[in-house]
Amino acid sequence: MATFSLSNVGPIYRQEIRSYFQSPVAYVVIVVFLAIVGWFFTSDLFLINVASLRIVFELVPLVFLFFVPAITMRLLAEEKKSGTLELLATRPVRDVEIVLGKFFAAWTLLAAALAPTLIYLITLSALGSPDPGPVITGYLGLLLMGGVYIAIGIFASSITENQIVAFIVSLLIILALFMADKVLVFVPPAVASTLEFISIDYHFENIARGVIDSRNLIYFGSVLGFALLLATTSLERRKW
Amino acid sequence: MSIGVRNLVKRYGDRAAINDISFDVKTGEILGFLGPNGAGKTTTMKIITCYMPPTSGTVDVDGMDVREHSLEVRKKIGYLPEMNPLYFDMNALDSLEFAAELHGLRGNAMQQRVKEMVDVCGLEAVRHKDIGEMSKGYRQRVGLAQAMIHDPDVLILDEPTSGLDPNQIVEIRTLIKELGRAKTVVLSTHILSEVQATCDRVLIINDGIIVANGTPEQLQRTFQGAEEIGLELKTSSIRPIEEIIPKLKLVAYVNDVALLSHTGDVSKFEIHAEKGNDVRESLFRMAVSEGWIILEMQRRITSLEEVFHTLTTT
Repeated sequence: MATFSLSNVGPIYRQEIRSYFQSPVAYVVIVVFLAIVGWFFTSDLFLINVASLRIVFELVPLVFLFFVPAITMRLLAEEKKSGTLELLATRPVRDVEIVLGKFFAAWTLLAAALAPTLIYLITLSALGSPDPGPVITGYLGLLLMGGVYIAIGIFASSITENQIVAFIVSLLIILALFMADKVLVFVPPAVASTLEFISIDYHFENIARGVIDSRNLIYFGSVLGFALLLATTSLERRKW
Repeated sequence: MSIGVRNLVKRYGDRAAINDISFDVKTGEILGFLGPNGAGKTTTMKIITCYMPPTSGTVDVDGMDVREHSLEVRKKIGYLPEMNPLYFDMNALDSLEFAAELHGLRGNAMQQRVKEMVDVCGLEAVRHKDIGEMSKGYRQRVGLAQAMIHDPDVLILDEPTSGLDPNQIVEIRTLIKELGRAKTVVLSTHILSEVQATCDRVLIINDGIIVANGTPEQLQRTFQGAEEIGLELKTSSIRPIEEIIPKLKLVAYVNDVALLSHTGDVSKFEIHAEKGNDVRESLFRMAVSEGWIILEMQRRITSLEEVFHTLTTT
């Protein structure tokens, strides 16, 4: 273990991307995602006569709650169930490389689902002149938030062979992080500030407002890193 | 490239899947790993291939410990796991390329190697077919091809012929023999004829301990019971059977003669002689002097099946 190389992240990433896009999985989830977001965006636009991306930034975090577990649930659970994990793990590949390769593949799929919503931005630019600052940071926030969700989803997928269990576990963890600041009125003020800091939505809203604060970035980075570390440790559990 | 296993123990909770086993595999040897299901074959293989560590004891491959030099060891080993797990949604070429990439092969070197394995394993016709749509025989070929993709010095094959039809078994066996010519191979099986057909040495394992270790011939000899000969005689004129048996018993070393059937002038006997004495010649001389005609004479050798059965049932 003299050198720490991550050269096998690439092959695992490409294999996972191929697996997503050669099966209907990627297309189905992207279409469903765009249909939901598009429906709300256009109804805002035509029914309420408001030209704004606000709805995208409010709605997408909610859609991610279900979208992300759906794309991450099979990542490790399926390999464990079918036994192909044994093929991977007996190659000269580190467990962390497996986790990272799959993480980046799912993140790519999430970005691919998000990319077509930029069309709304073009529509809006034709109708008015949206402030570019919050739009850019909003998308950055969505990517970071999605990344955290994916890391959690991979952890959930690493603890079971059952994809449904993986889906539910990741949904519950993500939901807890998401709901943490929605219950502030019920808790004493001392706990409230802690809860607020734990809440992923609080940090997302800060970024989406157009302010990139290092506090928020550190939050996203550390939760994401911690979840990936847990996933790697859980994969290595067979060695205990 | 040798493998050394020393005092290996693996416990799952209270149960010991393997309990203090030690053996060596010499360079270039094909070792057959034999035992009933649940004897500990797969567990041992998973430890050698660095999939999981032992509870205690050591395994070294080419002098490198599997725990301390895990990545180095994995570079030298090609592994076909039990049940041959594969990515069913990938085609043969993609799957081989993926395996090659994980061994650090890129670009032309990778393409070259993949092409070689497609040729060697006879995958030309199905190389663009999804693995999920292939027959079991072809899947096994893909499994072997991906195990061999990095030209490993050691091949670990866990039940490489299970679930195949007799023709496919012969094909895969031939392939293993060809591929394993310059390699150290450990293969597990519970098909005994496979061991006789492919292996230089056999290790019989039962309940987590080694119960026998040697060449197939050695094992047969060691566990050979008394000599047993089947004899079918035709007597020239009809003679009472009571006359023949005492005469056969006169032959040196013959302990017992049993009559199996008797119709007209043809009789079948089973002759038991003392261990290690071939009485066929004496029987022949006796028959000649008595004017009997030998229709059939057969020396029964303890088969590996019987050795296996004796050792693994108590």
